[in-house]
Amino acid sequence: MDQNSVSNDQARFDQIIDAEEKIEPRDWMPEKYRLNLIRQISQHAHSEVVGQLPEGNWIGRAPTLRRKATLLAKVQDEAGHGLYLYSAAETLGESREKMMDDLLSGKAKYATIFNYPTLTWADVGAIGWLVDGAAIVNQISLCQTSYGPYARAMVRICKEESFHMRQGFEIMQVLSNGSHAQKSMAQDALNRWWWPTLMMFGPHDSDSAHSQQSMKWKIKRQSNDELRQKFVDQTVEQAKHLGLTIPDEDLKWNSERSHYEFGAIDWDEFQRVVKGGGLCNRGRLHARRRADEEGGWVRDALIAYEEKRCKKDTGEAA
Amino acid sequence: MNLLPLWEVFIRTRRGLDHKHIGSLHAADGAQALQAARDTYTRRQEGVSIWVVEASKIHASQFEDNASFFEPAEDKVYRHPTFYDVPDELNL
Repeated sequence: MDQNSVSNDQARFDQIIDAEEKIEPRDWMPEKYRLNLIRQISQHAHSEVVGQLPEGNWIGRAPTLRRKATLLAKVQDEAGHGLYLYSAAETLGESREKMMDDLLSGKAKYATIFNYPTLTWADVGAIGWLVDGAAIVNQISLCQTSYGPYARAMVRICKEESFHMRQGFEIMQVLSNGSHAQKSMAQDALNRWWWPTLMMFGPHDSDSAHSQQSMKWKIKRQSNDELRQKFVDQTVEQAKHLGLTIPDEDLKWNSERSHYEFGAIDWDEFQRVVKGGGLCNRGRLHARRRADEEGGWVRDALIAYEEKRCKKDTGEAA
Repeated sequence: MNLLPLWEVFIRTRRGLDHKHIGSLHAADGAQALQAARDTYTRRQEGVSIWVVEASKIHASQFEDNASFFEPAEDKVYRHPTFYDVPDELNL
C-alpha cells in the first residue's frame, strides 16, 4: 500500500471518530487501535469470567432459595457477558483460543477486585452493590465507545446488569436492618470492599499508561478519575440510606465542586494484587485451569458426536 | 423452472447499529447476491453495509418446539430488575 492510500485511510478513520460515528469490523483502523481494543475487550471478558468465582463460592450456601436462584441467575449472566465480549474481540481478528490461553497461562489480566476473597454472605451483597455498581458506571460510559461491536455488547450488558446491583443492595438493606450481628457483617463487608472497588477504575489519570490515547480514539469516553468520582458521589448517598459508614476518614462533601472528596488510594496494594500478590490470584487461575481441563471431555464428545453424525449422513446418502 | 439458491439479506442502516434482516432473494453466488441485495434493498440509501447468508446455512428453532425450548425462562422473574425491593429515590 502506498503512502497516499495509508494517509487516506487514516483520514477516513479520523473523520469517523470525529463525527462520533462507530468503527465497524471490516473498516480500516490503525494497528494500535486494534491492539488496544483487543487488550481492553479481552481483559473485560476475562473479568466477567473470573468474576463468577467469588460469588460462585456462595451459591451452595445462599441463605434462602430466593437468594440462591438470584445468585445463580447473576453468575449465569456473567458467563454470558464474557461470551459477548470475547465475540466482540474476535471481530478484531483475535482468536478465542489465544485469549483463553493467555488467561490460563497468567499472561492476560483481569479486574484485580476478583482476587479478594468472599468471606461472608454480606460479601455477596457488597459485590452486587459496590463492584457491580462500579462496573455499571464504567460500562454506561463504554456504551459510547467508538468500536461498534464493543458498544453494542455494552448496551446489552448494561441492560442485563441492572438487576445485579439491585439484588446486592437488597441484601445489604436486609442485613443493615437486621440484628446487630447482621449489621456488623454488612459493615465489615463494606470496609473490606470499598477501597478495592475504588481501585477498579484504574490508576489516576496522570499515571494511566493507556488512557490518553484511548480517550483520543474515543475507546474510553470518560477518564478513570471522572468515573471514580461519579461512583463515589452516588454510593455515599446509598451508604447513608443503609446506615453504614464508608471506611474513609477524609471523606467530605465539597460544596464548591459539588462532589465528595475522598482519601488517598493505596496504589502499592493495587500493584501488589495486580502482580499476583492478592489472597486469591493463584486460586482463581487454578479454578479456571481446572474448569478447562475437566470440561475437556465435553468438548471432545461434542466433536466426536458431530463427526459420527456426518459419517452416518454420508453413509445414508451413498 | 430451475431456481438459484435462496439468500437471506441483512442490512446495517448506519454505523453503530446491528445488521438487521430485511428480506431474501435468489442468486448463484455471494457476489451476485450482494449486488442483487444492493439493487433490491438499498435503492434509497437504506444501508451502509450488507450481509448475505445462504438460507440453507441457517439453522432455525422450530415453532412446534417453542413450548419446551423457551419455557425455562418463563418462571425466572428474578432475572428482572423490578423483582428487587429497593428504594426508588436512590435510582439504583
